[in-house]
Amino acid sequence: MAAAESYPDGLLYHPEHDWALIEGDEAVLGITWFAQDALGEIVHYEAPDVGAAIGMGEAYGEVESVKAVSDLISPLSGVVLEVNEKATGEPETINEEPYGAGWLIRVRLTDPTEIARLLSPETYRAHVAAE
Amino acid sequence: MLGDLRRTPLYDSHVALGARIVPFAGWEMPVQYVGVIPEHRAVRADAGAFDVSHMGEFEVEGPRAKELLQSLLSNDLDRIAPGQAQYTLLTNEQGGIVDDLIVYQLEEHRFLLVVNAGNRAADFAWIKEREIRGSDVRDVSDDFALIAVQGPRANERLGLPAAPAFTHAVGKVDGIEVLVCRTGYTGEDGCELLVLAADAPRLWDAILGRGVVPCGLGARDTLRLELCYPLHGNDISAETDAISAGLGWTCALDKEFTGVAALRAVKAAGPARRLAAFVMEEKAIPRHGMAILEGGEVTSGTHSPSLEVGVGLGYVPAALAAPGSHITVDVRGRQARARVVKKPIYSTKESTDGGS
Repeated sequence: MAAAESYPDGLLYHPEHDWALIEGDEAVLGITWFAQDALGEIVHYEAPDVGAAIGMGEAYGEVESVKAVSDLISPLSGVVLEVNEKATGEPETINEEPYGAGWLIRVRLTDPTEIARLLSPETYRAHVAAE
Repeated sequence: MLGDLRRTPLYDSHVALGARIVPFAGWEMPVQYVGVIPEHRAVRADAGAFDVSHMGEFEVEGPRAKELLQSLLSNDLDRIAPGQAQYTLLTNEQGGIVDDLIVYQLEEHRFLLVVNAGNRAADFAWIKEREIRGSDVRDVSDDFALIAVQGPRANERLGLPAAPAFTHAVGKVDGIEVLVCRTGYTGEDGCELLVLAADAPRLWDAILGRGVVPCGLGARDTLRLELCYPLHGNDISAETDAISAGLGWTCALDKEFTGVAALRAVKAAGPARRLAAFVMEEKAIPRHGMAILEGGEVTSGTHSPSLEVGVGLGYVPAALAAPGSHITVDVRGRQARARVVKKPIYSTKESTDGGS
């Protein structure tokens, strides 16, 4: 069952439709409701390796639906600490709970100053409304 | 950009159902209502309805209508009679496939051709240029809508009796007159209903009222690909021939039609490449245009909702076309192993019975 459209407070957003939950010097990353809705039913999540270095605005993996494939764009730079095995094993979780059980990776931030460049929920909601 | 696109008589119905509308072959068409996977499964388990009104319909009539079609189409119309239909190819001089289509023999001297939406204008021009005295070819596409109702319970849901595949008859669904064609593109039992454009929204509502699930072009594509039915423009084209595509069974090489000499030559020599069906052996989804490293390319690929694995069709060197061969697909720079399988990739009761 697909989730209802939402862009929760407490998260920060990247214009390529990714979110970040900042927890000290770590962050949990995922894709927004808008991104999963545009893709449709996700059937494959190609995750990065634990230990991989990822850069803000760069691709770190892929999600693929029946019809299309999309790069995952990292909202922040960091080193991958953990991959969500539930999302790789049951990729439909990303559609069902894009901000919860469908998170994608946890990273250790390598440049926390980048956080200031992310979008607030209000700004991201306006960005989505303009798409 | 959407301004130049055409809409079927059911466009408003699709919007009211919350469909996601995409441009396809010059038309604004529903790609999905709820999701590709549940729509696909509805067709495999029960019944689904597809608006395929974008497809073209030509009527070919006259005492020499059959003679004209015999000279242009690859299959042999002597194999069918009024009330029957046939899958066939419109071929060029090189044996290439201008289009694939179904011809319905309505009467002894009257035929209906249902062609691909994207080829409608080119097909009509092709046939019209070759018209002979005693044959009249008319594009009647705008007069009709076409709704495919497919699935093991399709006929039961519509209140229609069972009938052999590739037959057709005038019938009624909830009082609306239709031509019930026992054809389809999913490998399941069911029919395609040809209806006057003005009656189409009422017919669509009646079909859905009988518990048939509305399905978009997304599910149509995954369903046809599991059955290895080719998509013109992807798997077959004016540059590919029927023998290499595995469609030799649609070519009556003992009769004369456009390109038959070229096709006989391909058959005699054996094709260099063949269109093979394959299943991925690792987690990866093949897509149209990806290279097959042994020589060839993927022409169609998707995630199979029935088998829950990546599947595809692609041209491979003839030596690798046998089931069991291994090929390698370049999935965005990653080498992914696949296994050639016997067609169809997924068998339905209908397809194993030799139905549509």
